[in-house]
Order: sequence, then C-alpha cells, then structure tokens
Amino acid sequence: MTRRRQGPYSGIPAWVYLIAAAGALFVLLPLVAIIAKVNWPQFLPLITSESSVTALGLSLRTSAASTALCIILGVPLALVLARGSFPGQRLLRALVLLPLVLPPVVGGIALLYTFGRQGLLGSTLDVLGIRIAFSTTAVILAQTFVALPFLVVSLEGALRTAGYKYEAVAATLGARPTTVLRRVTLPLVLPGLASGAVLSFARSLGEFGATLTFAGSLEGVTRTLPLEIYLQRESDADAAVALSLVLVAVAAAVVGLAYGTSRPPRMPRAAQDEPERIPA
Amino acid sequence: MSLDFNATLSARNFDVSLHLDPGETLAVLGPNGAGKSTLLSVIAGLQRPDSGTATVGGHTLFDLSTRASHWSAPHTRGTVLLAQEPLLFPHLSALDNVAFGPRSAGESKSAARAKALQWLAATETGTLASRKPGQLSGGQAQRVAVARALAAEPELLLLDEPMAALDIHAAPLMRRLLKRVLAGRNAIIITHDVLDVLTLADQVMVLEDGHVSESGPAREVLSRPRSTFAAGLAGLNLVSGTVAGDGITSTYGHVAGMLDAGTAQGQVATAVFPPSAVSVFPDEPHGSPRNTYAVTITDLEPHGDRIRVRAGNLCADITPAASADLALEPGSRVYFLVKATTVSIYPT
Repeated sequence: MTRRRQGPYSGIPAWVYLIAAAGALFVLLPLVAIIAKVNWPQFLPLITSESSVTALGLSLRTSAASTALCIILGVPLALVLARGSFPGQRLLRALVLLPLVLPPVVGGIALLYTFGRQGLLGSTLDVLGIRIAFSTTAVILAQTFVALPFLVVSLEGALRTAGYKYEAVAATLGARPTTVLRRVTLPLVLPGLASGAVLSFARSLGEFGATLTFAGSLEGVTRTLPLEIYLQRESDADAAVALSLVLVAVAAAVVGLAYGTSRPPRMPRAAQDEPERIPA
Repeated sequence: MSLDFNATLSARNFDVSLHLDPGETLAVLGPNGAGKSTLLSVIAGLQRPDSGTATVGGHTLFDLSTRASHWSAPHTRGTVLLAQEPLLFPHLSALDNVAFGPRSAGESKSAARAKALQWLAATETGTLASRKPGQLSGGQAQRVAVARALAAEPELLLLDEPMAALDIHAAPLMRRLLKRVLAGRNAIIITHDVLDVLTLADQVMVLEDGHVSESGPAREVLSRPRSTFAAGLAGLNLVSGTVAGDGITSTYGHVAGMLDAGTAQGQVATAVFPPSAVSVFPDEPHGSPRNTYAVTITDLEPHGDRIRVRAGNLCADITPAASADLALEPGSRVYFLVKATTVSIYPT
C-alpha cells in the first residue's frame, strides 16, 4: 500500500520497476492460487469443524503465551545488546539470532535434547515431576525459540535509533535506572516493541517444524493449526485450503498491524513561532 | 553550595580543575573539541575520568584519588544537565516532563504536578502544560526544559550551550529567563557567546585542548584577556611577548603601548587593542611611524557597518568605502598601523 508520492527525482531505472513487479507477483500469485482453490460453499463448515476450531484455539493460545515469553526474555536481551558493553556481546547477538537462520526441525531436535526426557535438563525436570516434551508447554517453548529473534532484532533496532540522550537526561534529573527504564526507555521504544511482539506472534502462529519435532501432533494438546493443515492435506484437501486461507488472513492482519505501529507517529513540529514574551 | 573539581581523562587529553563559590555561575568557553562537554559529562557522572575528585557543597561526586575509589551514580548527584536540544521526553506532556524530577525524588503524583505547575509558571510556559513536546516551538520547548531542570532542585545546574539551537528571536528571551533563574544558583554554562558571559556569568574559564588556558572574573577576562580565544571573543587583538622599553617584543616586532603600572622589563606580557584602532595602508606609511606591521590579508568579512580585515591573528575594522578605495582582497599585502595610545599592555 504505497502511496505514489510526487517526490523528488528517485533515480531508479525503469527496468528495476519491472523486476520488482515480477518479485511482487511471485509473492502474490500463490495467495491468489489459494483463494481460487477455496471451496467457497463449504468454507464455513470446513473452518468450523471441531478439529479445526480446536487447532485454531490451541494456536492462538500458545502463540499468545510464546509472545508473552518472548517479551519477558527478549526485552532484557535487546537492552543488554543495544546498551550494554561487555565481552562476548557480539557472540551473544549472533547466538540469539541463530534461530532465524536455523531450520526449525533442527531447533526442535535441539529443544528435544535439552528439555526431553533424555535431554540435558530432562532428568532434572523429571525429578521435579515436570515433563515438557510432547506437551502444550513444548509447543510454547518451540514457538518462543523460533520467534524470540524477531522481537530482539526489532527492539534492538528501536533502542539504537532512540539513542541514549533521553536516558542520560533522565538520570541527571534524579531517576534511578529502573525508573529510567520504566518511564523513559520503554515508552520511547514502544512502537518497536509492539511491532516486534506482533512479528513474534506471527512467527509463533506459523511454527511447524520445531513444534512437530519437539511437541508432536496430539489433537487438542500440541496439534496447532499448521500441523492440522498438513494433516488435512492428505485426507481432505478442501479443509486444508480453507484453513490455509484462515492463516493467510491472520498473517495479513498481523503484518498490517506491525506496519501500522512501527511507523512513528509523525507530529508536525509546531514551528508557529508565536511571539514569546517573558518579563525580564 | 560550592564546587571543587579536578579530573584527568587521558583518552581526551583532559586535565581540568576548577572551584566555584556558592551561588556563582561559571561560563566555560573554548573552541570545539576543547573538552567543554567532557567537563559537564564528568561532573554529571555520565563519563568517568581516570583520576580526580569532585565535591558539591560537601558531598562527594567522585573521588578517584584513593585506592578505595568512590563514584556516585548520576541520579544521586543533584547535577542536572540541560543540553543544546531540549530533549523533552516526547511521550510526556510538558507538565509531566517538568514533574519528572520531583516524581523521581519520590514525591506523589499530585505534589510533583503542583511543583511542576509552579516551575512552568516561573518560566512563562504555564499555558503549555498539557502540550506534548512535538507541539512546542524550539524556544518554548527549551523553556520547558529549563523548568524541568529546575524542578529537580539541582545543587548544580549544567548548561551545554542552551541557546545554540534557538533562533534569533527565541535566544534573547531564553537569556533573560536564565539570568533570572541563575541568580544565586550554582551553574556551569558552556557558551560561544560573549553576551552570555556578560549577562549570566560571574566567572569565566577558557578551555583549550583539554586544559584551562585562562580563568577569572568575567569582566576581567573580557576586558584584559590573556588567551587568544578570550581576546577573539571580546573582539580584541591580542599579541604576547616580553616587555622591552615602552612596549613588548613579539613575533610581529615591537608593539608600543600603555604599560600597566608595575610592569617590569623582560616580563612576559600581553598587548591588546581593538580592531577599530587599526588603520590600513596600501604602502608603508611615510616616516615609518611606530607600530607599523606588514601583513597579508587572509579574509574580509562584514562586521556591523564596517569591514573586518583579517590578517592572520590580527584584524582591523575599516569602512566599506575605505576597503573599496584600497581594493583589498585576500592575499593583498598591506600595512597595519596601530596607535600606541590604544594598546594596553599588562603582565600575563
């Protein structure tokens, strides 16, 4: 949705527009294909079948939980990466971003060997009576694992853009570090935090590989919407297509929301230099 | 509240010590990169020096002289920083910006707001209380920033060129406001403007290359500058040398002038004279009067209703008509003639 601006000379050659159009089509066409394939008369019954509703509900609940977990873990990580300075900082950033490029299946296996019964923490957790693998908790952990980098990247960028001048002023005004964080830093980066959270939610909603590997596919417990779609594709293609469209719609809404919030509200600087008067 | 400060920071070649009596305002002058902002950052606790100590009114800001070094956090220092930009928190109204300090000090929301309203009124911004910073003009925002700084009840107010970003209409108002609120208050103000020194400061310190090149009472520094920087600010020519006869021997040659009583022969001294006392001649004046210097013009610039003729560190103010008659341009070789009666010479 870009408004064509009567802007200054852009210097973009015409052939770049052609290739860009091809690129846009490449993304759009598959979406059109889904819409074309939907069995519209049966659409409502298909997406309101019991298994579909269960899967959608589970997806929304787990994604909300993993987004909350991403915020709890991601805000301190982003703060430390953007503002702190300590040895190994670059390494930590690289590690935090690793799940972005890691195949989700590999992430799932890694989680399994961390929290699974045979895993690194598995026996300890077992003693405590906690079983994570193949539970709804596992779904949430898998989603958090893949979605965390989205929040960290987005928030770290916002923090760097905001700079530290406001924090310095707030400190000289007598605000202790926690007050500065609560009353200055976080409000300043709220748009970045919101768009990061929305992106994390979207990534969680679409999570498939790590979930299947680490949590399995138990209806009502770990079978989220993407898993349900994959399953239905074998037996009932119409249902798979209809549910896919639901995910497309949710994803589109989420992206729209993210772009809506990440744009800083432009306040026109009231340069109305009205005659200012102070008695000497 | 008095201030005692000394600190070194080798990474910035910074080595400064200063003392401020209760209620005094110090103007810090100097070229860009001289360490003026570093000074404020160190006092505010935003930058840590290698060594030094600082106390404000008996409480220690930092003491790195002993092995058990003490460094207090910025929020405990009572040294509020007001920068070139107002840096009002964009998500808070003017009122809540000003209430930020009292709130941070633990006051209740209503008490903090009541105090904020008082300070907004004191800075003539009471009608702007509900506005967001984005809805304020530059001058209004900076006045709200002053209110916010004062509402935090600083023991020492640090002002880093508070008028540099204001337009020519807003700056005089700001200067009047600061004159009013800085009276009887300890403050350090960085400035490039001689007017600020005259109206706001009791003491002046010139920083050059991280070191104090000159300091003293404002009037004395401006009327009898000892550094080239302060002389430039006061609009005076400054030549240093050693006293010989009725003047000093300098790199320009002999500069005759009015010697201070008690100036001894051979003493290091400074000669100052205003640019308006310098006449410009295209050829060597007849009879070779004293204080004639052959110079090469480096710049010509408008200066009030005069043309300022610069030749290295010396300058002369002449009328535009005279400048046209002499066909002056950068690179011209001319003679500067200075009347000895306009030159004051005093020990450095």
